[in-house]
Amino acid sequence: MAQFATLSEKLNHIFSKLTKRGRLTELEIKTAMREVRIALLEADVSLSVAKDFIAKVSEKAVGQEILKSLSPAQQVIKIVNEELIALMGSTNAKLEVASKPPTIIMMCGLQGAGKTTFCGKLGMLLKKQGKKPLLVACDVYRPAAITQLKVVGEKVGVEVFEKGQGNPVKIAREGVKYAQSYGFDTVIIDTAGRLQIDEQLMQELENIKKEVNPTEILLTVDAMTGQIAVDVADTFNKRLEVTGLILTKLDGDTRGGATLSIKAVTGKPVKFCGTGEKLGDIEPFYPDRMASRILGMGDVLSLIEKAENAISEEQAKKFEKKFRENSFTLEDYLVQFDAMKKMGGIKDILSMMPGNKLKISDADIDEKKIEQIKAIIHSMTPKERRDPNIINFSRKNRIARGSGTTVQDINKLLKQFEQTKQMMKQMKNNKMFRF
Amino acid sequence: MGFFSKLKEALKKTKNSLAAKLTDLFSRNKLGNEFYEDLEEILIASDVSVRTADDIVEAIKERAIEEKCRDKDYVVGLLKEAIYDKLTAAEPLEICTPAVIMVVGVNGVGKTTSIGKLANLYAKDGFSVTIAAADTFRAAASEQLSVWADRAKVRIVKHAEGADPSAVVYDAVSSVKAKNTDILIIDTAGRLHVKANLMEELKKMDRVVNREFPEANFYKIIVLDASTGQNAYNQVEAFKDDVGLDGIILTKLDGTAKGGFVVSLCSELEVPVVYVGTGEKIDDIEEFDAEEFVDALFE
Ligand SMILES: Nc1nc2c(ncn2[C@@H]2O[C@H](COP(=O)(O)OP(=O)(O)OP(=O)(O)O)[C@@H](O)[C@H]2O)c(=O)[nH]1
Ligand SMILES: Nc1nc2c(ncn2[C@@H]2O[C@H](COP(=O)(O)OP(=O)(O)O)[C@@H](O)[C@H]2O)c(=O)[nH]1
Ligand SMILES: [Mg+2]
Ligand SMILES: [Mg+2]
Repeated sequence: MAQFATLSEKLNHIFSKLTKRGRLTELEIKTAMREVRIALLEADVSLSVAKDFIAKVSEKAVGQEILKSLSPAQQVIKIVNEELIALMGSTNAKLEVASKPPTIIMMCGLQGAGKTTFCGKLGMLLKKQGKKPLLVACDVYRPAAITQLKVVGEKVGVEVFEKGQGNPVKIAREGVKYAQSYGFDTVIIDTAGRLQIDEQLMQELENIKKEVNPTEILLTVDAMTGQIAVDVADTFNKRLEVTGLILTKLDGDTRGGATLSIKAVTGKPVKFCGTGEKLGDIEPFYPDRMASRILGMGDVLSLIEKAENAISEEQAKKFEKKFRENSFTLEDYLVQFDAMKKMGGIKDILSMMPGNKLKISDADIDEKKIEQIKAIIHSMTPKERRDPNIINFSRKNRIARGSGTTVQDINKLLKQFEQTKQMMKQMKNNKMFRF
Repeated sequence: MGFFSKLKEALKKTKNSLAAKLTDLFSRNKLGNEFYEDLEEILIASDVSVRTADDIVEAIKERAIEEKCRDKDYVVGLLKEAIYDKLTAAEPLEICTPAVIMVVGVNGVGKTTSIGKLANLYAKDGFSVTIAAADTFRAAASEQLSVWADRAKVRIVKHAEGADPSAVVYDAVSSVKAKNTDILIIDTAGRLHVKANLMEELKKMDRVVNREFPEANFYKIIVLDASTGQNAYNQVEAFKDDVGLDGIILTKLDGTAKGGFVVSLCSELEVPVVYVGTGEKIDDIEEFDAEEFVDALFE
């Protein structure tokens, strides 16, 4: 719920009366931790996990000296943030590879978590790395689940082994045999979604595990999951000893507190994240970004990295300077447009900004539009490009005629430009806000 | 002045204030802060938002103090009543034919399954039903819906994967108009509410129905997965903003998740819960019963 003050705002408020610097006292910590607890719960961290976490962090925080460069609020956030990152584990844990091929990867999780889609994503990734994966269709329950896997497999050019609606344990075994006979080095087993309390289906997973002895058992969890995450992860882990976690649907605006719950209760690494419906939308896990997301501080780092990939270092420096000096012009905008596209669309970027409510459609920056925008900007005088504020109605009319567009198109572009500047300002501020 | 002496000072001044009453009450009976904290935690553990849980419990606490009540069961009763009131705050949904029901929601929540169940329900009640496979994006989505159409023995309108979903809607509307079908249910692709282009696509479908079939009663129902957390609020807010919402189907209640977030949705966003999904089989759907739902929260 976006109307809430962010945690950092709240903490700033708590400590605003504290003028004296020194050590954090127990009472201050307690007051601050109450807010941290609420922030965690609002981010969907499970109650028990939030409590444990708070207890641990409070213990650490009491008596800590406040660093000269930080406000007490920042100090608390720093401690909380560090603890969160530590709990979230290492970056980008690699998939285990079997000493004797094939490597067997078994998926598991609740209904609709994103297992089948992930099978496709992983298949594609492994193929790119020069491996030869095989997908095995063991969801024999959900209507058209097998067809879904086949379509996904076809899209990424990975073979799918299926035996219709047979016995999943048997299908898994035959799938592995098939892989051995035909030289596949990795087997990815898609299983049906199931509730952790479904005794019969949980048993089925145990049986598949016994039968094929997987190298990896990956629990797939929807990043939007609520309080129940802790039960789900605990049960799956106890019954199957999962080896890793997959976090899906991170492309939404969920705070993703479930991540902390499942990490805390299983202690297993998050191996990949799903960040979209397309089969290329798979990313490594970054604990620091997840921590700031849970705390409601936006996925700023992720944004910066994306920006870095799309814009050359030199260009970025130039832009940064321009933003700082507030001298970013429509000409720069033009250059930036192609880079923006590479970053996955303004919309994506905006969705990563903390507390963002701006709505810009991806459609606003498709290819045709970019051509149009170029035409518009080219029809402006250099002065207009430097200072769009002077573009009045008659100037707009002239530009519209020159570029073969309408005044509306021009208004739209100017608005977008303003929003981009706005966004970049925000980005700059956030970067400075990090400690 | 130390903290405690400060507190005492403050309390002296507000002898007859609420704070004083509280101290009084809690020093003398069993319904201490801990009891109310427990109540609040029960709600939070069911995914009721912290703010809503806090509001409800605070209100009950005040009332209990006013009534000088010390009976735990009575207080829990008050609490249940308060939640019940919130759950029934939104206007209930009544479906009149000819009806078009567009089912929307984020990915994987149970839209297609719920449509299969609904189609079956309405068909069994004697209505003629057609379903439209306007999820042309997800792999094998229309095949999945076809299986449900077979199970419910209803007609399905579908195009190839990758087709324009609005075109499917257009065809489906033309077809139900020609055949005088009572109810058309439209399956849409799962979409995250933050994706503007996908929300535009949905608005387009919405426009097609409004334009081509203005005489129909057009309902938009969002499907929410009970295992979701606070993000459900953002989902409902966004879909409501973009196409309007008439009701909620809360799925996967056969699991351990309680779906407590609907409390704020019904009261604050004024969208009623209409049905609940309780399993993967075709009959696993029930009309929402607020009383049962509240009882389940405290089970
Ligand atoms: N346990 C349980 N599972 C359900 C329920 N409703 C749906 N499911 C399962 O949840 C999964 C997703 O259901 P779908 O109906 O495909 O969901 P959807 O919203 O259409 O999904 P997308 O079209 O992929 O966005 C399937 O495995 C369903 O069997 C329910 O009430 N209880
Ligand atoms: N936005 C988004 N959607 C996803 C992601 N991963 C999967 N999905 C969607 O979630 C839905 C359920 O996925 P599916 O793979 O069928 O889940 P399964 O039931 O666990 O096999 C589908 O609509 C997928 O397109 C993701 O990372 N982001
Ligand atoms: Mg699946
Ligand atoms: Mg569907």
